[in-house]
Amino acid sequence: MFRNNYDNDSVTFSPQGRIFQVEYAAEAVKQGSVVVGITSKKHVVLVALKRNAEELSSYQKKIFAIDEHAGIAIAGLTSDARVLSNFMKQQCLGHRLTYGRDLPVRTLVDMIGAKAQQNTQQYGKRPYGVGLLIAGVDEQGPHLFEFQPSGMTEEMVAFAIGARSQMARTYLEKNLELFADCSREELIAHGLKALKESLVQDRELTIENTSVGVTGFSKADDGSTKVEQFKVFDGQEVNGWIESVADDKAAAEGESMEVDG
Amino acid sequence: MDHRPQAWGRPRDDIYGAYDGSYLQTTGPKQNTQAPVVTGTSVVALKFKDGVVIAADNLASYGSLARFTDVKRLRVFLDTSVVGFGGDVSDMQYLDRHLNELAIDESYETDPSAPDAGALNAANLHKYLQKLMYKRRNDFDPLWNQILVAGLDSGSKPFLASVDLRGTAFSSPSLASGFGAALAQPIMRKYAATEEDAAKLSREDAVKVVQECMKVLYYRDARSMDKYSIAVVTKEGVELKEDEQLEKQSWAFAERIRGYGTQTV
Repeated sequence: MFRNNYDNDSVTFSPQGRIFQVEYAAEAVKQGSVVVGITSKKHVVLVALKRNAEELSSYQKKIFAIDEHAGIAIAGLTSDARVLSNFMKQQCLGHRLTYGRDLPVRTLVDMIGAKAQQNTQQYGKRPYGVGLLIAGVDEQGPHLFEFQPSGMTEEMVAFAIGARSQMARTYLEKNLELFADCSREELIAHGLKALKESLVQDRELTIENTSVGVTGFSKADDGSTKVEQFKVFDGQEVNGWIESVADDKAAAEGESMEVDG
Repeated sequence: MDHRPQAWGRPRDDIYGAYDGSYLQTTGPKQNTQAPVVTGTSVVALKFKDGVVIAADNLASYGSLARFTDVKRLRVFLDTSVVGFGGDVSDMQYLDRHLNELAIDESYETDPSAPDAGALNAANLHKYLQKLMYKRRNDFDPLWNQILVAGLDSGSKPFLASVDLRGTAFSSPSLASGFGAALAQPIMRKYAATEEDAAKLSREDAVKVVQECMKVLYYRDARSMDKYSIAVVTKEGVELKEDEQLEKQSWAFAERIRGYGTQTV
């Protein structure tokens, strides 16, 4: 029987120059349900499809607030995401305490990147089995980052990870030019449409299985811009958005959408 | 053999000589800074319409001796803020190196195409210094300084605040450390008692007021000098002049002073 001798730990290269443990971890991300993130000039949106282990159980949360200005969507092992999420929360809080400001998003992402990479380089450790989309705003505007178990992080305009996420990415690529000038609501609609692309046959977005996270800049009463606190929307709160992208509605609105484009 | 148990296992005095007690530690327990040694005197600062003026003289005293006459006590942070140090000069130098390190770390984090956005501003820096000073006082190893931080806050409005060796922090439209708190503050308050007053002050007027304060301090503070540094922080950046000379001094008032010195009356 063929047996792979080079996948026992994450510190051994295969003769082909691969590290199998890291690749297996990346595979765990593909098992998780799909999450989508999109940025515009003013906002960044996370949209996720929640799964329930069985009919009788509740749906597993997919989007988490990290700090006032940032949140994450996860695909993969939820328990590993919990570790990263707690770490990010602590870093954000510590930064706020010492400097009195929001931790810049890129700095935050670099921290978990470095943390995750160390696990691929030390004997006895394993990579995190989770991929993240990190959404946040700072002085430089809204940001969306992708995080992989290898420790790779990259800034994205729009991205999707998780099971069947390729379909969502295809939608995002097709509509890429539209995103920059989208309003908050339009951006959420695009996110939900991308999410729908990834659904298996006969499945639909419902208020139970859909989760939305938003942060961005909004106009204050005095005309100045202020940060809209990262908030996760679940259940009844997402009803309106789901209805706005429902199939029958999309067909009726198809023409008007074309005009927008 | 010496049969007394007290002598067992010890080198015999008749062979090795008496034990040399000077090898024992003669100092007490470890002591942290109990008093500043080489010191800088006042720092004065005043907010105006679109920025802050800050000044300090170039003297470092060793007790009452004017020991170093070219010590720059205003330090620029990231070209956007100015930190003025009063108190111990060696602690100032430590803080200066520390802040340079922080500035380098910070410049790695910020986008080079938009260097202004996202960098630590004066308010962030002041908060950080306050935590640092308070941490050191809790370690019973304080950094013996009073620090003024001048710059702009996150809303690009003028920012001026102070932190001392205990980590006590506060802000005001005008601030002065050391002797200046008694001598310069009343002068500055005549022009900017409130934030509203400071917001009406022009840059030229603010600079003039601060120069006047430096002159009064030189007249009255025996640990001061007539060579000083002055910096103006605005949105456009920091203008720092480190080799200024007090002008138009008039010591005529000194004639009338009675009560100390060598006079007998």
